[in-house]
Amino acid sequence: MIKRRSFMRASLASGVIALAAASGSLLSFAAQAAQPLKIGFSMALTGGLAGAGKAALIAMELWRDDVNKKGGLLGRPVEFVYYDDATNPATVPGIYTKLLNVDKVDLVVSSYGTNEIAPAMPIVMRNKLVFPSLFGLAVNDEFHYDRYFQIMPAGPEPKLDWSRGFFELAAEQKPKPTTVAIVAADAEFPLAAAAGARKNAQAKGFKIVYDKTYPPSTTDYTPIVRAIQATNPDIVYVASYPPDSVGMVKAAHEVGLKAKMFGGGMVGLQYAAFQKNLGPLLDNIVNYDFWAPEPTLNFPGINEFLKRYQEAAKGKGVDPLGHYLPPYAYAYLQVLEQSVDAVKSLDQAKLAAYMHKTTFKTVVGDVKFGKNGEWETSRVLMVQFRDVQPDNLEQFAGPGKRIVVYPKEWKSGDIVYPYKK
Amino acid sequence: MWSVDLFANAIVAGLLLGGFYAAVSIGLAITFGQLDIVNIAHPAFVVVGSYTAYIINRHFGLDPVLIGVLFAPVFFLVGAAIYRVYYVSFERTGQESLSGLAFFFGLMFIIEVLLIMAYGVDYRLVTAGYIGQTINIGFVGIPFRMLVPFSVAAALTVGIYLYLSRTFTGRAILAVAQDRLALQLMGADPVRIKQFAFGLAIATTAIAGSLLIIIGPVEPSLGRQYIGRVFAIVVLGGMGSIPGMAIAALILGVVETMVGTFMGPSWSPAVSFSVLLLTLALRPSGLFGRK
Amino acid sequence: MKGAAFWISIVAVLVAGLVLTRVVSNEYYFNALYVILQGAIMAVAWNVLGGFTGYVNFGSAGFFAIGAYTSIALGKAFGQSLPLPVMIATAAVVCGLIGLSLGYLTLRLKGVYFSIATLAMAIVFETLMNNWSYVGGARGAYILTPDSHLWFNSYIEMLFMVMLLLTLGSVAISRALNASRLGRGLASIRDDEVAAECAGVPTLRLKLISATIMGAMMGVAGAPYPYFVTFVDPASAFSLFVAVNAIAMPMIGGTAHWIGPVIGALLVGTAQQVITVTVSSELNVLVVGVMLVLFITLAPQGIVGLAQKYLARRRR
Repeated sequence: MIKRRSFMRASLASGVIALAAASGSLLSFAAQAAQPLKIGFSMALTGGLAGAGKAALIAMELWRDDVNKKGGLLGRPVEFVYYDDATNPATVPGIYTKLLNVDKVDLVVSSYGTNEIAPAMPIVMRNKLVFPSLFGLAVNDEFHYDRYFQIMPAGPEPKLDWSRGFFELAAEQKPKPTTVAIVAADAEFPLAAAAGARKNAQAKGFKIVYDKTYPPSTTDYTPIVRAIQATNPDIVYVASYPPDSVGMVKAAHEVGLKAKMFGGGMVGLQYAAFQKNLGPLLDNIVNYDFWAPEPTLNFPGINEFLKRYQEAAKGKGVDPLGHYLPPYAYAYLQVLEQSVDAVKSLDQAKLAAYMHKTTFKTVVGDVKFGKNGEWETSRVLMVQFRDVQPDNLEQFAGPGKRIVVYPKEWKSGDIVYPYKK
Repeated sequence: MWSVDLFANAIVAGLLLGGFYAAVSIGLAITFGQLDIVNIAHPAFVVVGSYTAYIINRHFGLDPVLIGVLFAPVFFLVGAAIYRVYYVSFERTGQESLSGLAFFFGLMFIIEVLLIMAYGVDYRLVTAGYIGQTINIGFVGIPFRMLVPFSVAAALTVGIYLYLSRTFTGRAILAVAQDRLALQLMGADPVRIKQFAFGLAIATTAIAGSLLIIIGPVEPSLGRQYIGRVFAIVVLGGMGSIPGMAIAALILGVVETMVGTFMGPSWSPAVSFSVLLLTLALRPSGLFGRK
Repeated sequence: MKGAAFWISIVAVLVAGLVLTRVVSNEYYFNALYVILQGAIMAVAWNVLGGFTGYVNFGSAGFFAIGAYTSIALGKAFGQSLPLPVMIATAAVVCGLIGLSLGYLTLRLKGVYFSIATLAMAIVFETLMNNWSYVGGARGAYILTPDSHLWFNSYIEMLFMVMLLLTLGSVAISRALNASRLGRGLASIRDDEVAAECAGVPTLRLKLISATIMGAMMGVAGAPYPYFVTFVDPASAFSLFVAVNAIAMPMIGGTAHWIGPVIGALLVGTAQQVITVTVSSELNVLVVGVMLVLFITLAPQGIVGLAQKYLARRRR
């Protein structure tokens, strides 16, 4: 009798325990499944690069909301853990070590700009993490890291690919121009672009008649443009940051620059506020860009994305149109998303392998990475401004104002040469 | 590369630029040159002036210079209030040198952050009919974008110089730095005079700010690039001398432009500031300063 | 602080640091501490000339950046396997000489001219670095993390210990200066230079000594920086933020006593690190500004001054 009761008690007890264990593991499994998947990064939300950084963040948050609507990644809701690096490289090592060691994020992506990407590289490399990167020029040339992926479509030889199109266009014109002026701001990206421009110009047989740099604190660009004009160049390649780009364009107009082609590597001419202010001064400038609302670049999803971005950007003091950085900020997270979904795990080695061999379909079209993590084929577009109306922002939302003149695969029109009639 | 027309244009451009620099520095010539207040936040106030011009220009389409002039009284009152705080906290207790400087440092950052919080970090520009046009006199081209700031700066400098040398309050300002006790004995209240002077200096930043945004795009931290320049100009010109400051500003503008045109623009800052260092080493009272 | 107590504390802090590297493996803390210690060295250095002598240096970032670029230049010339102590020592010499030369040019004049000169010097050096392509010019230089980190678990732990050693060294030098005859001479210059000169204090020589020490210490703070941050360009090395922190930290901590800058650096530095990883926005810049303004309006002698007043009241 006692045996039966104790047996019953024992079996009851073990049954309860079994049930508890089963439900416990079921609950913990469910908890695991619901545990957020954290993506960590630093972003320039204050300081010199904040304009672009904040715009990028808006795009990234749109991606996060999209992916969570679809059920998250690996069944887990995606959460961002990010900190403002204030465009100050000294903050980046601390931020990334906190993300990894304290916040224990599952995946990392980069900040914006070479200055902020480079300091994170040693940390990411030590932890053997996949590192999708947002717009740093040729950062991996120094580190040779095989899990670095750069979404900027500079191409396998970023420094050369940047200006290649400009000089190829120039070389095609008849009569072939002979002289080139290269002018660049004293800062990391413009100097790298200018170095590439020099090589490209020499490769095409041009003679360089002016090759100087200026400090970013320059107030008046008219003397610089006059000095350039004094050397009578056929082509003028400018590598500049936003305030200087505006200054150079205005000065070129005021001085009456007689070059046949003008532009090249001017950051800032892609920003809505400047496009509106410069208006017709932009006509026929050939400049780099990564996307324009031309019919040849109508990638699936891009227009819907831009509409949502423009809605979200209202009142935030960032670029209202969002044609430059935001689509790429969205796309590099799409690359990550598609990789995680395909590999079905967070194994960094498997993710890296998948990211190297796959052609991804994103809002910026097909993305395929080469061995060094840069794009396998360059897609630096040369865009020419055409028939720009003064003080009109909406004209840039649609096609016809920025004609893609290079490369041939994406061309939407022929170049107008020379630049000024 | 040398040619007469390049040289002539460089000189003219340098003078126009120098004139603009004078407008930015004149407020500091009063606060630092005459009142010995190290207002390192002065360029930050100029940027606030630029933003004021931007907002009103965008909403009402008024000409930026007009906006600067209209808002100068508002800036005057702000300046007077700030001086009051500065006086009560530091000057009265004799702490001014180090603490006052730190006060303005802190103020500079606060101003910058408030601008960022209100307007974001995007560049702002103004539109005005004359921006972009150039008059050509022979082979010398003068863009309106630089000519207008130069003309306004010239008027401002002459105006303030006359004010300081001809009116009672003006002369009291000149006197208060030199001999405070004597001024008191003459029946003027030195504190009120200094407060007035400081307000006047900040009022000039409203105008200087509108000129700045005519010349080029402005964002909240732009002021930092001007800190070195404005102090260099005031010291070079000689503390307390408005004409000295104006000439120093013109010299700096011309030197920067000449170096930029003929040597290479990236050396301009080094040349300008080496000139300053040499001046400090050889003739620290500046060109026209009182010893 | 009495001599023995002071040296015991120094050793205690050093040992605590070593223990930390053994016990804590989370690299984040070492990164954060590195930045705080760097701020401390800069603050202590600034105070030698600013607080003790009364001459305000606006161009602290210039000395710091030249220290960093000395490391970069040596690395390019002799390979980055050159040991860190060599780089630090060279940076100390180079920046000390710069401090001396600048002092010689301008310390004979009123204090405010020296301040303007430091500003000008920083800009001249920044332009020179921008144009010196050997160290990368305006494009910046990459400094890859060396493989060796001695017996430490990671490179940042070694850098942290190096910084700790340098900070404690600077504090010891600063304290020695404060308490010595030299320090009293400096204090007399700060209080009334003319009177000091009349009393026979060799003011110019003392000022030159402090300027040299200040320059050398700031160079030392900058020398390991390239190894910490991996990518250095003139714009970030010569940043105004470095200069402002160098002034704000000692002012908040208290400039008259050697421990003031340390307290200020710990307080402000920690606040900045915490804000970076919590609120994280333009508020970080606002913190320095507001703290500075509040402290100097309400507590012009800094935290040390407040403490002294409190202790004085208690004694009564």
